[in-house]
Amino acid sequence: MDSCPSIKNVLLLDSDGKRVAVKYYTDDWPTHAAKLAFEKSVFTKTLKTNARTEAEIAMLDGYIVVYKFIQDLHFFVTGGDDENELIIATVLQGFFDAVGILLRNNVDKRSALENLDLILLCLDEIVDGGIILETEASIIASKVAVNSLDGATSLSEQTISQALATAREHLARSLLK
Amino acid sequence: MAQPFVKKDDDHDEEEEYSPFHGIEKGAVLQEARVFHDPQLDARKCSQVITKLLYLLNQGETFTKVEATGVFFAVTKLFQSKDTVLRRMVYLMIKELSPSADEVIIVTSSLMKDMNSKTDMYRANAIRVLCRITDSTLLAQIERYLKQAIVDKNPVVSSAALVSAVHLLQTNPEIVKRWSNEVQEAVQSRAALVQFHALALLHQIRQNDRLAVTKLVTSLTKGSVRSPLAQCLLMRYTSQVIRESNANTQGERPFFDYLESSLRHKAEMVVFEAARAITELSGVTSRELTPAITVLQLFLSSSKPVLRFAAIRTLNKVANTHPLAVTNCNIDMESLISDQNRSIATLAITTLLKTGNESSVDRLMKQITNFMSDIADEFKIVVVEAIRSLCLKFPLKYRSLMNFLSNILREEGGFDYKKAIVDSIVILIRDIPEAKEIGLFHLCEFIEDCEFTYLSAQILHFLGNEGPKTSDPSRYIRYIYNRVILENATVRACAVSTLAKFGAMVDSLKPRIFVLLRRCLFDSDDEVRDRATLYLNTLGSDPSAETDQEVKEFLFGPLDVPLVNLETSLRNYVASEVPFDFVCVPKEIKSQPLAEKKAPGKKPAGLGAAPTAPTSAIDEYEKLLSSIPEFASFGKLFKSSAPVELTEAETEYSVNVVKHIFDSHVVFQYNCTNTITEQLLEMVTVFVDASEAEEFSEVATKPLRSLPYDLPGQTFVAFEKPEGVPATGKFSNLLKFVVKEVDPATGEAEEEGVEDEYQLEDLEIVAADYMLKVGVSNFKNAWESLDPDNERIDEYGLGVKESLTETVKAVIDILGMQPCEVSLLPNDALHLTTEKNQPCSTSSQGTDVVPSNSRSHTCLLSGIFLGNVKVLVRVSFGIDGSKQVAMKLAVRSEDLEISEKIHEIVSEG
Repeated sequence: MDSCPSIKNVLLLDSDGKRVAVKYYTDDWPTHAAKLAFEKSVFTKTLKTNARTEAEIAMLDGYIVVYKFIQDLHFFVTGGDDENELIIATVLQGFFDAVGILLRNNVDKRSALENLDLILLCLDEIVDGGIILETEASIIASKVAVNSLDGATSLSEQTISQALATAREHLARSLLK
Repeated sequence: MAQPFVKKDDDHDEEEEYSPFHGIEKGAVLQEARVFHDPQLDARKCSQVITKLLYLLNQGETFTKVEATGVFFAVTKLFQSKDTVLRRMVYLMIKELSPSADEVIIVTSSLMKDMNSKTDMYRANAIRVLCRITDSTLLAQIERYLKQAIVDKNPVVSSAALVSAVHLLQTNPEIVKRWSNEVQEAVQSRAALVQFHALALLHQIRQNDRLAVTKLVTSLTKGSVRSPLAQCLLMRYTSQVIRESNANTQGERPFFDYLESSLRHKAEMVVFEAARAITELSGVTSRELTPAITVLQLFLSSSKPVLRFAAIRTLNKVANTHPLAVTNCNIDMESLISDQNRSIATLAITTLLKTGNESSVDRLMKQITNFMSDIADEFKIVVVEAIRSLCLKFPLKYRSLMNFLSNILREEGGFDYKKAIVDSIVILIRDIPEAKEIGLFHLCEFIEDCEFTYLSAQILHFLGNEGPKTSDPSRYIRYIYNRVILENATVRACAVSTLAKFGAMVDSLKPRIFVLLRRCLFDSDDEVRDRATLYLNTLGSDPSAETDQEVKEFLFGPLDVPLVNLETSLRNYVASEVPFDFVCVPKEIKSQPLAEKKAPGKKPAGLGAAPTAPTSAIDEYEKLLSSIPEFASFGKLFKSSAPVELTEAETEYSVNVVKHIFDSHVVFQYNCTNTITEQLLEMVTVFVDASEAEEFSEVATKPLRSLPYDLPGQTFVAFEKPEGVPATGKFSNLLKFVVKEVDPATGEAEEEGVEDEYQLEDLEIVAADYMLKVGVSNFKNAWESLDPDNERIDEYGLGVKESLTETVKAVIDILGMQPCEVSLLPNDALHLTTEKNQPCSTSSQGTDVVPSNSRSHTCLLSGIFLGNVKVLVRVSFGIDGSKQVAMKLAVRSEDLEISEKIHEIVSEG
């Protein structure tokens, strides 16, 4: 029995249900077609819900999907049928907030694609092979942003330091807790 | 600067869908990847190209082997650059490409260098990449570094090593297990996530060592775990320990305090995990449930949908086994019916349907009707299933529930949904006789406009079986014949068969049916024509009584062989030259694998759980037994016991027995499995010595002709006993057979066999075998409805016993009856516990559960005794300081003799 909480996939789709960035951690969807079908089903079944203020939740094909929307971006985190819903929700919140910090609260599809490297690194820092790596948004963001410290990245100089400052502040706060 | 990926198109701004990756092409990007080979690396440009490659992969693009290898080698060059962003992208790229073993070697040294770098971020990431792509030889080389990393002071590095180790444990367990000491140290880490990862790893390393897990849980539950995630994990391990130590629970449950105290944790995640863990404890009592339910009830009114969902989903599960415990939340759940989130609303409804009582049904149905139109099919199916079980629970309400089902049947919906509704109606028709005619009528109307061939065929078949037995069969004919006119060939053929069944069963309709069947002779489909011809010719000849019976048996009799067996026989026939003979198809049903019987951690079958599984098992048995001519005359099967193992696990031959009780007979069904590949057993019988069972005399045996390796088979022995008497006795069993050697290479058995025998364990028929466990929903009403003149009361001294719990269990086992729950109202409880005993401490509780430390207890039991006599028992226990137990037993049944017999059983037991 695998009793460790685990994440099946993390999806970031646009308002047409197209992929911005996705990451699958299990073989539950073995083919590309199966993955797309799952994304389509998740997208259409959640489309009409209002998941903008609070994260929403749905049970689909025997999976638990927790999701949240902002602008034209749809964030989804999927877990198994018997997973603790609040753990999945925590992962989603971590991802959602970390992206917010990294994109300087200018979260929409355009800026997500323009900073796709950050989004991908962010995904990489949240879950590793299904195991939750980190859920604290500020720490996730700081891990991603540390790397952009001396490289010229898509963020302008000023915004890097801004992002870093916020990230550091969050980090400090979370450490003080 | 801010838009690094913009192609230099002028027109992109006008496009509605702007994307920096617009018009991206794999070929072009692969060309761009040449910059990786530049002697003067442009780090920014390189990161951009990697991002583009990752984008392509993320969109589902795949690289050919050659392309992947090319990219991989190019990427390895980038280790020269000192640029941190680029390095991170390189790590990502390598993980995405998952290089082959010979390619891995190329990056190993670079990654190992990074693993020992001064930059923590490099170290953490290099560990994760290296562990992802490594194999066991390489792992041995880097083991030393990983062990250090696990106890590294930087939490990110430590977590990276621990998480990687969890993955590696799947492939290289023996290496990872050597790191236990380091992992143990990491469990004590102050960093929240490190603790979580270390705990997960440590448990996985030790999961097969029960003692070690218990120790781990014992030490950690004392309070050194800080991280909420780690708390959740610990709770799961604790539940596991509780489950495994369950066998010897006496009084307080171990670690329950820990679970209960976690209900007051500040993180909602932990609180919920604790509540869930408590509700899933096996044999959880109402007292244990109460605090968990209270917490979940608070969650129900949370503003966060996730919390509401989690809570209602858990309550829904609890309602399966402890509906009374959830009724406190009914008001909160009713307000959730209008929840924005349809998943929550559906769960609320189905939970309410489980906890509701007869009077609330109509109101609930009204609310559901409004709600059904705007939820998805999968939710509707859940609701339909809940309504079905509700209807079976309150058969008097069939009218409104059946109407509801027929209304939703007419609305739009997919196949699965329609099938669920039709199945429900069919089940209700079968179980509630009053509902039959309405139900059939609804089905008839449905097939008038049904787009699913499968469902039409099913319904037509069902109509053919049930329709002729109704008061006015002729009213169905119109619906059926309409199918012949309007439908596709499959449905037409079904309709023809159904018409023929009406013709065969209802003589007055026969001439009219024949007119209709003759019309079908001109159908465009050959199957339809063939069926019509067959029926006209076989049923049409002049009705001499015997042939008529035979014809009907031939045409409409059930197929008396399991379809699986028929399929196997037909497959063999296709491959062989021998003509097919239907008689040769084996009729025995393969016994189900034992593993299915009880999944671990399953909730106990409480009163609320519908006993669907056993009924279907009994149906199977009944079919099987009635297919054996020797036993056909025994009458109706009263009860079949659960299989009793007669051999130890993993012996040469594994045998278990099912006891089938008839009114004046008992049949033992021995399920045998031969676990030796090199043997074929023939003429398998069980020799039963009934010298210790005086009232039984053997009347028939049915040997098993052949028992090949791993293919279960059955042999039967039947005994006669005095009619209606619950005779008891002990039987010793000896398995006798002829054993033939099988050549493992060819699978051929030798000609000559040797007779042999094998001693099995003894088997007993006890009084409980004559008692069916059947619960009643309201014990008090049931008790009062039975004639007080048939009541027998007596008192027994049971001597010194260890505890009341044990005594109660022993008495229930002797009687084989179903423990019932006490009614809700305290004065009812008072009324039932007649003596000075304290009433049960909590408001609702299975009466088989004795609250700890109580000095007295009243237990309510119900059952049906041989001869279909309803029996109710009220038994009160008292224990004094010297552990002397006294019992007062009051029995009411429909037959005074039976009441007395129950006392006899107890006084002998």
